[in-house]
Amino acid sequence: MAETGKPPESYTLRIRRFDPESGAAPYWAEHTIELEPHRSVLEGILQAKGRFDGSIGIRCSCKAAICGSCGVRINGQPGLACHTHIGRAKETSRDGVIEIEPMGNMPVIKDLIVDMDAVHWKKVQRVTPWLINKEPIPEREYLVDRESMVDVTQTMACIQCGACVSDCLSMEVDPLFIGPAALAKAYRFVGDPRDAQQYERLQDLAEDPHGIYDCTHCFKCIEACPKGVAPMNQIMRLRRRAGSDHHISDRNNGERHEAAFVTLVKDHGLLWEAELLPRSHGGNSWFGKFAPKAGLELADSLPVITKAMLRRKVTPMGALKPHKIPSADLKQVQDIYDTVHGRDERLELNLYITGYDEDEAGAQEPAAVAASGGGDGGQTAAEGGQPGMTPEDSPTR
Amino acid sequence: MPAHDVLILGACLAGQRAALAAADAGATVAILSKVHPVRSHSVAAAGGINAAINPADDWRSHAFDTVKGSDFLGDQDAIEVMCAEAPDEVLHLEHIGVTFHRNETGQMDLRAFGGASMKRTAYVADITGQAILHVLYEQLMKYHERVDRYEEWFTTSLLQDEEGNCTGCIARDIRTGQLEVFTAKNVILATGGAGQCFKPTTNGLICTGDGISMAYRIGAPLMDMEMIQYHPTTLVENGFLITEGARGEGAHLLNADGERFMEKYAPNKMELASRDVVSRAEQTEINEGRGVGPGGVGIYLDITVVPKKRTLEALREIVNIGKDFAGVDITKEPILIRPGQHYIMGGVKTDVNGATPIPGLYAAGEVACVSVHGGNRLGANSLLDTLIFGRRAGEHAAQRAAGISMPEATPLSRVREESAWIDSIIDRPKDGRRVSEIKDDLGTEMNRNVAVFREQDGLTHALETVRRLKEEAKTAYIDDRGTVFNQDVLGAIELGFMLDCAECTVMAALERKESRGAQYRTDFPERNDDEWLKHIDVSRNGDDTPHLSYSPVTITQWQPEERKY
Ligand SMILES: Cc1cc2nc3c(=O)[nH]c(=O)nc-3n(C[C@H](O)[C@H](O)[C@H](O)COP(=O)(O)OP(=O)(O)OC[C@H]3O[C@@H](n4cnc5c(N)ncnc54)[C@H](O)[C@@H]3O)c2cc1C
Ligand code: SF4
Ligand code: SF4
Ligand code: FES
Repeated sequence: MAETGKPPESYTLRIRRFDPESGAAPYWAEHTIELEPHRSVLEGILQAKGRFDGSIGIRCSCKAAICGSCGVRINGQPGLACHTHIGRAKETSRDGVIEIEPMGNMPVIKDLIVDMDAVHWKKVQRVTPWLINKEPIPEREYLVDRESMVDVTQTMACIQCGACVSDCLSMEVDPLFIGPAALAKAYRFVGDPRDAQQYERLQDLAEDPHGIYDCTHCFKCIEACPKGVAPMNQIMRLRRRAGSDHHISDRNNGERHEAAFVTLVKDHGLLWEAELLPRSHGGNSWFGKFAPKAGLELADSLPVITKAMLRRKVTPMGALKPHKIPSADLKQVQDIYDTVHGRDERLELNLYITGYDEDEAGAQEPAAVAASGGGDGGQTAAEGGQPGMTPEDSPTR
Repeated sequence: MPAHDVLILGACLAGQRAALAAADAGATVAILSKVHPVRSHSVAAAGGINAAINPADDWRSHAFDTVKGSDFLGDQDAIEVMCAEAPDEVLHLEHIGVTFHRNETGQMDLRAFGGASMKRTAYVADITGQAILHVLYEQLMKYHERVDRYEEWFTTSLLQDEEGNCTGCIARDIRTGQLEVFTAKNVILATGGAGQCFKPTTNGLICTGDGISMAYRIGAPLMDMEMIQYHPTTLVENGFLITEGARGEGAHLLNADGERFMEKYAPNKMELASRDVVSRAEQTEINEGRGVGPGGVGIYLDITVVPKKRTLEALREIVNIGKDFAGVDITKEPILIRPGQHYIMGGVKTDVNGATPIPGLYAAGEVACVSVHGGNRLGANSLLDTLIFGRRAGEHAAQRAAGISMPEATPLSRVREESAWIDSIIDRPKDGRRVSEIKDDLGTEMNRNVAVFREQDGLTHALETVRRLKEEAKTAYIDDRGTVFNQDVLGAIELGFMLDCAECTVMAALERKESRGAQYRTDFPERNDDEWLKHIDVSRNGDDTPHLSYSPVTITQWQPEERKY
């Protein structure tokens, strides 16, 4: 019994307090509590609340990473308080004191409680978050592929905790960005074969300047998510469906930008920044350069480019000419393209279809959990890792 | 001041289903919940929902399994309604978007479950409750113009007019601390169970029996309150649930001698006997000194006998729970479990339409007692119960609303009274005990003396303790003096609700002098149909003490017989 029965240790919590009625600025309060190292940070907070100060505000109920109430930042990282071991939290702290703050990107109501309605739920409501049934509705269940239901279950696994919203980089820059959780929710309908308006949904999300093309691939949401929903992956899937499957050519040039990206890497083995912008506006053809919008955006980005040149990140020649890689390497890159394009179907990995655990065990069968045996209950405590992430997607840090 | 045809308290499975049904029936509807709807405890249900949707199955078989599971205390008319309507309800859920898992032919897949004679449990991976709850909330968002939502509002009391009709409630906006009167032609309670009376419990911190107590305080009878389900496999470490699926996949229960002791207690079904039977067997082993782990307080659940590949496929959930919360790799070593409080079969007494004896007051879900679970609930029957009776209550309340006029506004003096009461809690001097201490004492006492095995002395001790804590709670103090998100004062009010529930539970357990379902009296070890094939009802006396009476069990097709697994 590895960790069971370990004696309690003492931990100091530094909690960000804010009392909206006092008129005073937020401040830090410290409490020392005793707990076994594998208990959760939430239990630590509840002990402080029960023993020392009942006025500490935090939402919580299940204590088991399933109700989605207790999203906070611990030592600067977003996550669930009930899903973070207190011992590990101490190890990752700066000075041995566990720092707990409210989530970001949402206004603080009191202490660790943020206004999710004002941000998160508004964005969820934005994506028309209900099934628009394919008609006619059958008398019995819709007959649909087993895999398709397993597939959307990954986004069903989202507990709406907001951890991904807390540190989304795009949302910091553009508060109107629909954001990781709501877009993952959108995939739940776009991927659902019973929904009648997949095209309309995709078009809507592609055309919205704060929609699917507003994400910068920063991986933050994948890292933050306690349930392996991997919101960024879902956004990428929305893009693939919009671009490759439905050929939705949006006014944000998202689809052309991606196509240009793919073609440039295929042709040159590396990205050719100077070509990317014009092609994003004008498409992959040679005439794309003359798209008027491309000129405007180029003018807009001149300061950035100049700065990069000054810092020697880019040389003028390097920027204008395609980058070169050895032809053997280019061949390898192109082989990857051939392999991927040669597949009959797009292969997409998913929490419930495959993940590290199954791979480790050598289990080949899809639908791992879908086949799960009976059982009344079981509080979900998804892994600390991101089972929904494909190995290639895994962030390097 | 909001006024609606139907006011629903609790935005869980039962509550949301009721709201949608009432809105469909044309009523004006409001739904109010102390937590955001998707945080409701229904979210924790994992295993699935029962319905005889396989053409080879028959709802009567489902009904019989339920009756037998209930140890013949369930009301058979209600069980028939639930089981007969189950297939349509589950298909309805599928139509509104629940991503039920499919078999190779694209139809809904079904899994096997404890106490069932047939595979009839529909599921969404290991997140069935969550999937249904979130899909119902999607529908509520769709109905945003037809259903008024009051999220993070805490109901403190039910309102009643002079004729005894329920006419609404008083609730506190948690974000502002403001009290508001909600007037309604009908109120539906969907406030869930009272697991927090026990420590540990598999239930969330919000399961504090609010609705049971509020109904009881205005005179509604409670029923089957002595029937408390202890789930056989909860982590010794922290009380978390380990799904029945582990045993479904073939895991063994072992005592200190490494013996598969279920052979002695249920030779046919072994580890898959009904929950009350397995929990009792485990507790016997522990009590007789064959427990394992520190202090011998647990039993080994040995999942290593299940092929590793299958465990990783089918029991992913508990692989994670073991790793994250107990530091155990369940594919390599056994995990320490014991019986733990999980569900209350009892609640506010209702008929098959969810109506309580108080006109205008309905109840559905774990807060209610129809009674479909009787002495012991079968796994995956609770989600079904919440949805069937939630819908029926919604429809019936909407119908009733069409025929009556809106009750008169409650006098402001009533609100001032409520406000003064809450302020008095906030202002209490710090010379009593802390609310959190009293809550801990209650949970510990209930878990010691009102658990798997009960007897006269222990129960009497429990009753004395609960009554003492009730006194102490009157002066218990809190720290938070604010109005915005004052969770402290809500905790003090919840403590009062919990103490009411606990008192009724202990009184009923003392009263029932036999062993049936989850109630096992070591001093009366036999089931006694001659004297005790009846429900115990508990209602409040004028002087805040429970008053006990009996009501008959409804028997339609199945006569009581000996229960063997
Ligand atoms: C870990 C676990 C696993 C389970 N697994 C299964 C399973 O697989 N299958 C199955 O059938 N059953 C299962 N159950 C049982 C089942 O989940 C519950 O019995 C059921 O979900 C109860 O639902 P409910 O709708 O009655 O109320 P709840 O979901 O408990 O919701 C109560 C609602 O009332 C609100 N509320 C409460 N008090 C107030 C107040 N004072 N003011 C305002 N609002 C209030 C809350 O905010 C909440 O919205 C499981 C239970 C647990 C604990
Ligand atoms: S990957 Fe995209 S959605 Fe996710 S946090 Fe980064 S910017 Fe936001
Ligand atoms: S995607 Fe993950 S992190 Fe984001 S809200 Fe859902 S569960 Fe939380
Ligand atoms: S308390 Fe942390 S998610 Fe429920």
